[in-house]
Amino acid sequence: MNAIIIDDEPLARSIIREYLQFHPQIQLVAECNDGFEGVKAIQQFQPDLIFLDIQMPKINGFEMLELIELPPAVIFTTAFDEYAIKAFESHAVDYLLKPFSRERFDKSMNKLMQQENSGTSKANLNSLLNATGRTPAEQQRVVVRLSGKISIIPVNDIHYLEAADDYVKIHSKAGSFLKNKTMGHFESVLDKDQFVRTHRSYMVNITEITRIDPYEKENHLAILRSGARVPVSKTGYVKLKSVLGL
Amino acid sequence: MARSPISVSKFRNAFIGWWVVWAILHGLLIYSYGFPSDISATDSFVTNSILLGAYWMVNNILRFYLPNKDRYWYLLFLSIFLALLVTALSNALLSFIFKGSLHSVYLLFLSNSFWLRLGIGFLLIGCMTIICVLWYTQGEDQENRQRKEDAQKLSKEAELYKLRQQLQPHFLFNSLNSISALIGTQPEQARKMIYQLSDFLRATLRKEEEQWVKMEEELQILELYLDIEKVRFGHRLSAIIEKDESCLQMNLPPMLLQPVMENAIKFGLYDTTDAVTIYMSVFKENGYLKVVVKNPFDLETSSPRQGTGFGLSSIKRRLYLLFARNDLLETEVADHIFTTTIKIPQG
Repeated sequence: MNAIIIDDEPLARSIIREYLQFHPQIQLVAECNDGFEGVKAIQQFQPDLIFLDIQMPKINGFEMLELIELPPAVIFTTAFDEYAIKAFESHAVDYLLKPFSRERFDKSMNKLMQQENSGTSKANLNSLLNATGRTPAEQQRVVVRLSGKISIIPVNDIHYLEAADDYVKIHSKAGSFLKNKTMGHFESVLDKDQFVRTHRSYMVNITEITRIDPYEKENHLAILRSGARVPVSKTGYVKLKSVLGL
Repeated sequence: MARSPISVSKFRNAFIGWWVVWAILHGLLIYSYGFPSDISATDSFVTNSILLGAYWMVNNILRFYLPNKDRYWYLLFLSIFLALLVTALSNALLSFIFKGSLHSVYLLFLSNSFWLRLGIGFLLIGCMTIICVLWYTQGEDQENRQRKEDAQKLSKEAELYKLRQQLQPHFLFNSLNSISALIGTQPEQARKMIYQLSDFLRATLRKEEEQWVKMEEELQILELYLDIEKVRFGHRLSAIIEKDESCLQMNLPPMLLQPVMENAIKFGLYDTTDAVTIYMSVFKENGYLKVVVKNPFDLETSSPRQGTGFGLSSIKRRLYLLFARNDLLETEVADHIFTTTIKIPQG
């Protein structure tokens, strides 16, 4: 099976490389310095396994995983991450706390082999990603990918979100982006005092609202600074009023 | 227990002097009514000695029991009661000393002056009560104030200590991981890094807040820290430190520069994927020791809250606790360069 190491510290990569020598069934196909290289390498090599650091330049390990359609099995390697550790503890995907011994590494490899055989590793990763939620720092931005280019959108730059089939369309200062997530996901990770679900398919950044107009029967329209008109349902209007303190 | 005012020699002497003067005045007053000097002296001595006993009682009562402000009327009763006791006792004693028809004029004077003596006794004891109340209240206040000051000082010291000890666990564990990696390939380098890490940790543990350190020493610790970080990040990290030679002997609080550098490295390295150079310059300006640190960063992707992260806010707090000033740390953003400036007052 093929593996990729993604870590911004060369020595941290070298120790994994060294330990991997004792597992000839795993071929190391690439080493990456950061998440951007990681995304590219994963597309190129389609590995079965990645060793992933969490704290990395520009985008962290979690954000990188969000950009990949079908993530391979992941073993996190991290020095100290109070948020992650909590989440990992309840899930079977492995994590290695730096510095880790060869025994610990071998154990992790055995676990991986068992999971590969029973086909559970990927399912676990998804539940893990959902359970980690977002640390406070991560809620400050959203990472998206558009035709190979990765963009980082600060949440303050988001005007509103719109549901589009299986995706959410993010309308922001820098343009519109699609992200493979649900409205419910954004409702749980974004600041509730700033983003209000005004409609089943819309969520709006209240700092962008300039006016709220009545529109048909009991509905309203929120007019944003950008000129966009966002539907507000009857229940959405109640929520909006309470957040705006009306 | 509060100290009695009598235990302070200045007050004791003043009190004795006052008592003697008052006793002489008392004697002269009786003498002015035409009584012989021996009777006048005895009257004064007996009365004032018994009064002395009353003063002693007042002092001791207030020393062990100081009434609340809304119970000060207790003191009025105490003074009246003691004045009655003193006057009755001294009159009885004097009548006993000068009994017989020989002193009938004095005895008549004694019984006629009962209310006057009671009044004067009440005034004297009242004065003494007030003095004692003031003394012990002030003592209590002072004790409270002292306790409060001590508590504040302790908490300030504890906070300063805590702020100084905020070593990033990331740094420690990642350094250990680097050492672990080096042991396999470059054992000599691993050994060197262990020494550097030990020296650095020792320096962070050793310093007391009051003991300021020389810039030269602080820069050495910083070099240790940078050497470790360079091993971790390889070619991606470089640092340029410019130092004005005249600053090397100047003083600053320990472990103030390292967190600034740490913040700059973190900010710089995690915000771009390129190689990063941190600039630091140390110089003297307008009587301040000035330290300027510059690191690159990406305005578009770094979230606005990152800039006031723990690294800098803890330094700001430290500077405030040390100098009671909020203007000693400044940050500036221009052209993808984040600049942190620290001013350290000298002398």
